Amino acid sequence: MNPDLGRYEGVIGLEVHAEMLTASKIFCGCSAAFGAPPNDNTCPVCLGMPGVLPVLNRRVVEFAVRAGLAIDCRIARRNRWARKNYFYPDLCKGYQISQFELPICEGGYLDIRVDEATKRVHLTRIHMEEDTGKNIHDAHGDSSLVDFNRSGVPLLEIVSEPEMSSPAEAGAYLRKLRTLVQYLGICDGNMEEGSFRCDANVSVRLRGATELGVKVEVKNMNSFRAVEKAIAFELERQTDTLDEGGQLVQETRLWDADREETRSMRSKESAHDYRYFPDPDLPPIILSDDFVEQVRRELPELPDARRERFVSAFGLPAYDAEVLTARRDLAEYFEAVVAAHDNAKAASNWIMGDIIRLIHERKLDDAPTITAWPVPATTLAALIALIDDGTISGKIAKTVFEEMLTSEESPRAIVERKGLVQMSDEGAIQAVIDDVLAANPDKVAEFRGGKEKLQGFFVGQVMKATGGKANPPLVNKLLMAKLKA
Amino acid sequence: MTTPLHDLTLAEASARLRDGSVSSEALTEAALARIAATDETLHSFITVSADEARATARAVDAQLKSGAATGALAGIPIAVKDVIATAGIRTTAASKLLEDFVPPYDATVTTRLKNAGAVIIGKANCDEFAMGSSNENSAYGPARNPWDPTRVPGGSSGGSATAIAGRQAYGSLGTDTGGSIRLPASYCGVVGMKPTYGRVSRYGVIAYASSLDQVGPFGRTVEDCARVLGVIAGHDPRDSTSVDRPVPDYQAALGTDAAGLRIGVPNEYFIEGMQPAVEGAVRDALGTLGGLGATTSEVSLPHTAYAVACYYILATAEASSNLGRYDGIRYGARQPADDGLASLYRNTRALGFGPEVKRRIMLGTYALSAGYYDAYYLKAQKVRTLIRQDFDRVFADVDVLATPVAPTTAFHLAEKTSDPLAMYLVDVFTNPASLAGLPAIVVPCGRDEAGMPIGLQLIGPPFGEELVLRAARAFEQATTWHRDRPPEPAGAPA
Repeated sequence: MNPDLGRYEGVIGLEVHAEMLTASKIFCGCSAAFGAPPNDNTCPVCLGMPGVLPVLNRRVVEFAVRAGLAIDCRIARRNRWARKNYFYPDLCKGYQISQFELPICEGGYLDIRVDEATKRVHLTRIHMEEDTGKNIHDAHGDSSLVDFNRSGVPLLEIVSEPEMSSPAEAGAYLRKLRTLVQYLGICDGNMEEGSFRCDANVSVRLRGATELGVKVEVKNMNSFRAVEKAIAFELERQTDTLDEGGQLVQETRLWDADREETRSMRSKESAHDYRYFPDPDLPPIILSDDFVEQVRRELPELPDARRERFVSAFGLPAYDAEVLTARRDLAEYFEAVVAAHDNAKAASNWIMGDIIRLIHERKLDDAPTITAWPVPATTLAALIALIDDGTISGKIAKTVFEEMLTSEESPRAIVERKGLVQMSDEGAIQAVIDDVLAANPDKVAEFRGGKEKLQGFFVGQVMKATGGKANPPLVNKLLMAKLKA
Repeated sequence: MTTPLHDLTLAEASARLRDGSVSSEALTEAALARIAATDETLHSFITVSADEARATARAVDAQLKSGAATGALAGIPIAVKDVIATAGIRTTAASKLLEDFVPPYDATVTTRLKNAGAVIIGKANCDEFAMGSSNENSAYGPARNPWDPTRVPGGSSGGSATAIAGRQAYGSLGTDTGGSIRLPASYCGVVGMKPTYGRVSRYGVIAYASSLDQVGPFGRTVEDCARVLGVIAGHDPRDSTSVDRPVPDYQAALGTDAAGLRIGVPNEYFIEGMQPAVEGAVRDALGTLGGLGATTSEVSLPHTAYAVACYYILATAEASSNLGRYDGIRYGARQPADDGLASLYRNTRALGFGPEVKRRIMLGTYALSAGYYDAYYLKAQKVRTLIRQDFDRVFADVDVLATPVAPTTAFHLAEKTSDPLAMYLVDVFTNPASLAGLPAIVVPCGRDEAGMPIGLQLIGPPFGEELVLRAARAFEQATTWHRDRPPEPAGAPA
């Protein structure tokens, strides 16, 4: 993914628009939910009818402060709204209510990990704004239609400094940011549905240079992969252009996911003058220290802290902790399994193996929060308990697990119904071992002649003969005692 | 009955409704008849909502009979400026672009009028989007001054003033951004009041300049205005700039004397070239107030001269943004796109907006543009602060300020239409109080040599509505100017 830029280095800054998970819109009482029939979630205010006025949804400010505190931003005790003026059919007032000179959060940083190294990426600012409606083309003959359900859905715009240098760093930053907003409960982080959107500012310069190169803004990427690919494409295009003696122009380019290339949309000459000015319909936002402290007290445990706790409290390897805390719902699922049965490493192995595989297969992680788990946490815990108390082997557990996916029965009930209880009777196992050795005298001779890898063969034969129910450590112990006798 | 119904003041009509000697239906029919007889000349209305008015009147009459109607304006026909949204009744803002626009919602002031039992008789003419000082910018033709129909009624709330002066309604609502209530009140010889910014909700009031717009009443008397103000004032959770503060009993504030009232007279409001009759009438009024127990003193508001420039930068800047929504996409008269999306906007706005609206959009767009913002918009904001501080300073020593409303009385139609700057300068004495967000009332205080009315402006400190009402009422009670009525328009029954 990371292109070799030779004598150049990439300079990448990201602008993320995160739709907030408030129940209602930012300046009216309409539902902010996704997926309603077109224009159902609208009223005179979010349609920009004549004379109507915005009234701020306080929750939006709380969410913004939550994000700012989690990212170590300075929270502006006085900030204000500005109007961004331009014409587009999905923009109902001819201006977007946003923040310009005095945003609610400034500064802050995220630490990202790429190739075993940690890098600190600083943020420029976070501000609040309203989303626009959505134009729908090609659905109604020659006409375009507009759906204003999204008009007035609250957004956080999170702007990084141009401090990333590769697609991998950009991807890591973006994933980290998404995890964070999901943990904070302020955004569902769904890139496909557009509730978590990213534009990239990409430029290149000679390695070691301090001046920034000509900046290109890349838009229209609707997955992490698309962001990484678009940045990789753009870095290569820019370095190729320079190497061929060409000139780069400051412009906006669109990522075409089908053709895997960026295309020019508009150049700086045709760029808008947005004529920002303070919105006279909304008073400045004054935040008291009490309010900010209250939000700070109510912050949930953040991903970094949780990851460290998973290592220190559960003794998990760093890699496990990283995977399990990548999603708040996954981390909570893990904790629920461990709470029901105290074997963190086993829980981690099951989740990182079968559970995550099924989540991907069933696309369960398309939902903002996974609720339809392949198996309930307590059920998975019960299965692990059956292994730990010696009722079943790990191998049998796989069979039981598959059964659990389609059955309402408890793991124990499945084990009993199918007669899968582990054979731990030494005498019975010894008898099977004797039969197996007796049936394979040549192999026994080979083993004793030094071909010790035949151990696996004998174990396999014993397991086969017991229908997989023999206790594997016991089989090994008794088998070796016999063979080496 | 010696007094025709249409000649009653709001207070008189209200008293007779309550003693049962007249019905709301009768008042409404009288108003409708009066409109039918006189509006061809005055053109106070863009839309007369006769059916809705009759239905409301009948309903209120039934409530009055049963004793259920207790609202302060129960049964009273009221005209509403056509920039104020009225659910189910078209609201054009005097613009061609909104010719067929019927809002599905009421402005908060409309709701409050309805809740008080008022009968909305029609939508009053005004300058397009409230932009103008003469009502000549209405896409539906100008309203005319009842005292001389060859003259303008003043703007932008011209129709709201002529409806009162012409006895077509008992009260009316206007909006005042830079003088749009006070100037027509002065030119038409009626009482008009701009409340403190934030006193009355702007929700549903089609915005011209959001930081300045304020709804206010017109009436034949100060008392009538106080009644209407009491109904429309108050905090509205739907307007974040409305102020959460109790509404006093404005009628109780009306006295008959001005004892102890300290009146400041800003010398910057008496300027070279103003009509001598205007200065004379205002000076006489000061004498009258002195006779009622007020003390008068000269004060200075040194930044007054910058108010017009400051106002026309800030108001047009806000307007250029406020009018962005009239793009023909969701409502309003859309013109065809002959050359892509941009042409849809271009054609819709080129044909939908009149020349003064376009001029202000261009002025405001310029003032906010990259490279000019600091020199114009930001500078004007600073000047606005200085103007506000001027007022803060003098209100430490005086209770109200008394000034002329405009340098001259009503001018003739078309007299200033070719000279926008001359038109803007008409606002020289009204813009400062707008920029400072202050309450101000206009009461008739004389007539010039041509018989045209002259108004006295009384400006109060923030939320000093009671002070200006008291001063205005005292002056009114000591004079007869408010009882003068304009000549009957040709064709009108006496």
